[in-house]
Amino acid sequence: MYEFSYKNVDSVSAAVEAMQAADDGKFLAGGQTMLPTMKHRLASPSDIIDLGGIDELKGISVNAGTVTIGAMTTHGEVAASADVQNAIPALAKLAGNIGDPAVRNRGTIGGSIANNDPAADYPSAVIALGATVKTNQREIAGDDFFTGMFETALAEDEIIVSVSFPVAESAAYMKFENPASRYAIVGVFVAKTGGSVRVAVTGATPCAHRALRIEEALNGELNSAAVDAAEIPVEKMNSDIHASAEYRAHLVKVMAKRAVEACV
Amino acid sequence: MMNISMTVNGSPVSGEVESRTLLVHFLREQLRLTGTHVGCDTSQCGACVIHVNGKSVKSCTMLAVQADGAEVTTIEGLADGAELHPMQQAFMDDHGLQCGFCTPGMIMSALDIVNRNGNDLDEETVRKELEGNICRCTGYHNIVKSVQAGAKAMGGNS
Repeated sequence: MYEFSYKNVDSVSAAVEAMQAADDGKFLAGGQTMLPTMKHRLASPSDIIDLGGIDELKGISVNAGTVTIGAMTTHGEVAASADVQNAIPALAKLAGNIGDPAVRNRGTIGGSIANNDPAADYPSAVIALGATVKTNQREIAGDDFFTGMFETALAEDEIIVSVSFPVAESAAYMKFENPASRYAIVGVFVAKTGGSVRVAVTGATPCAHRALRIEEALNGELNSAAVDAAEIPVEKMNSDIHASAEYRAHLVKVMAKRAVEACV
Repeated sequence: MMNISMTVNGSPVSGEVESRTLLVHFLREQLRLTGTHVGCDTSQCGACVIHVNGKSVKSCTMLAVQADGAEVTTIEGLADGAELHPMQQAFMDDHGLQCGFCTPGMIMSALDIVNRNGNDLDEETVRKELEGNICRCTGYHNIVKSVQAGAKAMGGNS
């Protein structure tokens, strides 16, 4: 890891100021991706601005049918939250299956979605549940947040404050995980709210996305057999040492069916 | 260079580190607490697990400066003089190790498991919770047994 200038701040405004003053700064959330990336010298920021000391970015609240999770809330805290378990059990379960316990004690929801790893779990929940990402500048709809591989709608000096998830009637996340890293080879999040069923897929393509073909096939019903009618475009799938494009396309349907069945 | 101070195994310590100094390197090379091991250095293996403010973390994936002001517990902080912590004793009694390299991380993770799941642990829970700790010798069988026994002993029902 190359040396950098470390800035510890206690407010969002101080973090933004530090970023604007930096030559090539990076915000540090839980560091479970950022620090390994820096160790590998895949990133060498001039300044690290640590968000760990900002209390306003932490905590979970539930009201009026919405679960709001502060950006610096850890996966372990989300998984263990009775409020999240009651309101959106699928979200608590998703958080509890990220990485391993020690990683979950450091990794945060804000860090996860800002990084937008193609195989991260949270992006599928943000999209399928129709969440809203609140930043220090604006509110971004979950559908508009993830823009490409490791790319988001965030500006360089924009900080995620919280993510608000509308409570669904039922929801489930099914992940076919890499047995070593626990990252999703394919993960599918299904959420039913009112008359509509939303489906989001992670791991399969360069960026988590809404699976509109599966949503059309389901047509608002939690009927897993209907998933068969959806055509999954193999040419859009990732292909790597873990799984071929054909295999991932197959897994999308299998995981979608399991998630639909788990919703019922 | 930055000055940091924290409480390690109940004692106040301080030191001067680079921003990039990892917490595990501060513990091992400056404080000479070499019980915490570096196995993979890529947050996979769990040999470097310690507790920071009561929670298990991989100390190879945390900066020393991030622990400024924190309460840190390492494997060296468990025994009471010559008397081993019940979890350490269980690993000894049930032969929960062969080469011993992964053991400090296993034990620190085991204590975190007990903190979150209580003293009566079934095998499935222990195996799932130890996902982040890799052992290349034992095949895990006796490690799981040790964690279950150690958890019971911590509850006073050994």
